[in-house]
Amino acid sequence: MTEDEFTAYQSLSEETEDHRWAFGTGFTDPLEGIDASVPPGVDAQALGAYCLMLGDDALIYSHRLQQWMTRMPELEEETALANVALDLLGQARMLLARAGLAEGAGRQEDQLAFFRDEHEFRNVLLAERQDADFAELAGRLLIFSAWRLALFGRLAASADPVLAAIAAKSVQELAYHRDYAAQWVIRLGDGTPLSHGKMQAALGAIWPLVAELFQPDPVTAALPAVAADPAGVRAEVDAVLDTVLAAATLERPDVAPLARVAGRSGRDGVHTEAFGYLLAELQSVARAHPDATW
Amino acid sequence: MVTGGDPGLATAREIAATVPDPELPMLTVADLGILRDVAAEDGRLVVTITPTYSGCPALREIAHDLRHRLSAAGFGQVTVRIALAPAWSSDWITAEGRRKLREAGIAPPHPARRKPGPVPLTLTVTRRARVTCPRCGSADTAQTAAFGATACKALFRCRACREPFEQVKAI
Repeated sequence: MTEDEFTAYQSLSEETEDHRWAFGTGFTDPLEGIDASVPPGVDAQALGAYCLMLGDDALIYSHRLQQWMTRMPELEEETALANVALDLLGQARMLLARAGLAEGAGRQEDQLAFFRDEHEFRNVLLAERQDADFAELAGRLLIFSAWRLALFGRLAASADPVLAAIAAKSVQELAYHRDYAAQWVIRLGDGTPLSHGKMQAALGAIWPLVAELFQPDPVTAALPAVAADPAGVRAEVDAVLDTVLAAATLERPDVAPLARVAGRSGRDGVHTEAFGYLLAELQSVARAHPDATW
Repeated sequence: MVTGGDPGLATAREIAATVPDPELPMLTVADLGILRDVAAEDGRLVVTITPTYSGCPALREIAHDLRHRLSAAGFGQVTVRIALAPAWSSDWITAEGRRKLREAGIAPPHPARRKPGPVPLTLTVTRRARVTCPRCGSADTAQTAAFGATACKALFRCRACREPFEQVKAI
């Protein structure tokens, strides 16, 4: 090792005042030194709520992907999925930090991630769904990343410069995620009769959650120049999905959207049963030992 | 006390530029293009860096190392700032950085896509990309995985010398 390499690692083991919170990301504020003021004319509370929605999508979906670790069919796929989950976790950290700064109530990313209850999470239901098999994993990642990429492509021009910067960075990552998932959907769909059947069945199982992605919501409506209208990205997402499905010799499922509960869904804090178990796994240690450091 | 015209600022720039990346330790933060600015503000030294990927865990260690080296060199108050915009691109890796990557057996990235509008889909499984083998120099290479051991790398293999190698992803 050269001296430079050694120093990079040596700094990790030094005694400093800079303790790390044991269970969270608490390493640094991911928006350290960034001008986090809310632009004039923008509703700060709505901006906070909006960043929370987008951050929750990434946080919860990242956790679902992490649950696949050690279960992937090959080492390369394991590595790929770990990378996708890490990118989304990074996006979640920045968005939750932005949400906390915009709402101005002193909540930081870790408090938002670990100390909110089910009904306070604003992620879409697609993010929390548990994959039954590898085909569902590939199909769900394709739909999620195609949708998020289209949305963030618009958000790169958001009137909030912090959100715009987070979106522009995320677009580079989401393009990789979408390609990875698309290639697997094609490989399975255009593969053997068995893999084709499983991929088609997986799409049928996931599709009831697609409609929610394009559903208008009051938070987005309150932020005309800041937020991206989900209905406005439908055509772009559909075009991507149709291209992939055609190459994969798969049919677009003809199934009814999942019924909303009294008109409410994930964006309103109404979640599926599976979500409680996910959240328990994500939060229980942090809640058992709040503010522990190492 | 550091001021704009202070010769100390040039020294600070030199020191900051020597900080290695923990995941690509053969490269400095200057080689990688993530060191954006070293400036004096109200007598304090402010170093600005940018993340390569949203979840890159190396950023914290880099910030730590910057503070450590600069304060050891006598720059008392050092502030490390994160800049998100414009987003880092692998195009910012310097010629020197590319040479060091190649020497370490890692292929440097090809030019990143720079077109406005929706990102086009890539549906082919194996890309015969513009990537040459860092070991034997052959252009007959194939991607084996779009993701590698760190967020910034993909896996390739050379069809000529049969060796696997990593490439820094083009973003």
